[in-house]
Amino acid sequence: MIQVQGLSKKYARHVAVNNISFSVEKGDIVGFLGPNGAGKTTTMRILTCFMPPTEGTATVAGFDVFEESFEVKKHIGYLPEAPPLYPEMTVSDYLNFVARLKNVPSNEIKSRTQQVMERCAVADEAGRLISKLSKGYRQRVGLAQAIIHNPDVLVLDEPTSGLDPKQINETRELIKSLAGEHTIILSTHILPEVEAVCEKVIIINKGKLVATDSVENLKNRGGVAGAIQVQVDTAGDADGFAVHQRLEQIPGVSKVVDRPSPADRFIFEVESLQGRNTRSDVARAIVHAGWNLLELKSTSLTLEEVFLELTGSHSQPEPVEAPAEGAVQ
Amino acid sequence: MRNIWTICRRELYSYFVSPIAWVLLAIFAFLSGVFTYIISASFARASLESQMSGQSMPMNLNEQVIAPLFSNIAVIGLFLIPLISMRLFAEEKRQGTIELLITSPLHDLEIVMGKWLSAVLMYGALLVILLVDFSFLFIYGNPDWKPVVSGFIGVLLQGACLLAFGTFISTLTRNQIVAAAIGFGLALVLWILNWTTSFGNTPVIQVLNYLSIVSHMDSFSRGVIDTKDLIYYVSMIFLGLFLTARSLESLRWRA
Repeated sequence: MIQVQGLSKKYARHVAVNNISFSVEKGDIVGFLGPNGAGKTTTMRILTCFMPPTEGTATVAGFDVFEESFEVKKHIGYLPEAPPLYPEMTVSDYLNFVARLKNVPSNEIKSRTQQVMERCAVADEAGRLISKLSKGYRQRVGLAQAIIHNPDVLVLDEPTSGLDPKQINETRELIKSLAGEHTIILSTHILPEVEAVCEKVIIINKGKLVATDSVENLKNRGGVAGAIQVQVDTAGDADGFAVHQRLEQIPGVSKVVDRPSPADRFIFEVESLQGRNTRSDVARAIVHAGWNLLELKSTSLTLEEVFLELTGSHSQPEPVEAPAEGAVQ
Repeated sequence: MRNIWTICRRELYSYFVSPIAWVLLAIFAFLSGVFTYIISASFARASLESQMSGQSMPMNLNEQVIAPLFSNIAVIGLFLIPLISMRLFAEEKRQGTIELLITSPLHDLEIVMGKWLSAVLMYGALLVILLVDFSFLFIYGNPDWKPVVSGFIGVLLQGACLLAFGTFISTLTRNQIVAAAIGFGLALVLWILNWTTSFGNTPVIQVLNYLSIVSHMDSFSRGVIDTKDLIYYVSMIFLGLFLTARSLESLRWRA
């Protein structure tokens, strides 16, 4: 649905987007992830034909964004970072106007407007001035204008920025519900958002493509196959140091970290060598020692850690090479 | 065509739900009323005096009231027009709604034409108030209606021309006050260009005089529609709209 080849956008003094390529399949919901200033908005503006690229090509729904921008615009719905709303208009007047702009046939404008207002839960506010709406409602009206012509591709630039947690959840649910009919590409710098909404992630940093993969694959990336969290009851003769030492002796365990624990339990994070599943060994060792095992769960690397690693803002300690670290504690 | 009308309608909507249209209408109604009163009152006194003195001077409502009235209206227009055109693009840029227009399946020229047309209609709405003023002249006098019609055409053309430039200026900034200030400056320059005639009659001065926007109004307010003036206004409108379209296009490259 979207093909991007060697896309660059250069300004006089800096390069906003530097030679990125990716593709998005029909029906995908893709997260466009990167820190602020990574070039997300620029890329989206190129895709939506707001500005032309300096180099490279991009096609949306089979049309080139530069050569056939008129066709691209018909197939794309765009919600910029600041929803493009006219504060002096009422919600329904505004949506009618956008429907006309997007070439919705005259006889369908009324029904389409009604449909998207219901879809985005703003039907109750149809007659209110946009200037009187709360931020969450404005965002929804922004989404409503993006889908009013039922576009094949939806481009959403930071759709949840500036919303409160409840509104964020509502907006995410709304976006997920749109996924079936539209190919969605949404930008964000909030990682949990990608985990919550997207199937695929495209990570860019400083204008360069860092990774493009499915959320699952990315989470499984990194040196650690899977860490486990172990919680042991403090009752009986259990003492934190002994448990720690016992865990370290289990074959395959590379590192044990003490976690801040409440008074009634000890919490440890146990990391294993690549490809070793030590969960059953850990459980058995604790039970054999006569301690009460309260909880045992695997914690895979969060997307956050993967992201920090990929964007190079933080280097993940390499557990395989430094097994001694844990023992010194 | 449909797109031009869509844009234009939304602009008119914004003019009339915001105070700007009503403030402009009020100012224009007041000023045009004052001018009508002053000019017709002095005409009435002059005609009274000419009767008292016994020798009947030729008194002509068209020449002595309507023509100067149109000249004055044209000057009021110079001051109000930047206030009409300042918001056209500057506000869209500030609000970010320009992204909606540019990423919609529209041609740049449709956006430009729609916006300019709405400003011309807004100015036309101001001129409608003049009908009230003129109706008194028709009730109490017997003026020729043809110079009135040509005067309206002239004032509207002059406005359309300044609005085309105002639209262009509005694309240059996101600040409406800056847009209005530059608009005033340009309107004043175009107005005073014909003052150069007092310095002689060299070819340069002739050109400057031709470029002056008010000198083309005079024949209209006297009931003469001259092709020379018509060509001036139409070509200035084209120039203004052309510059606007180019500026909008460059916005995209600079963005």
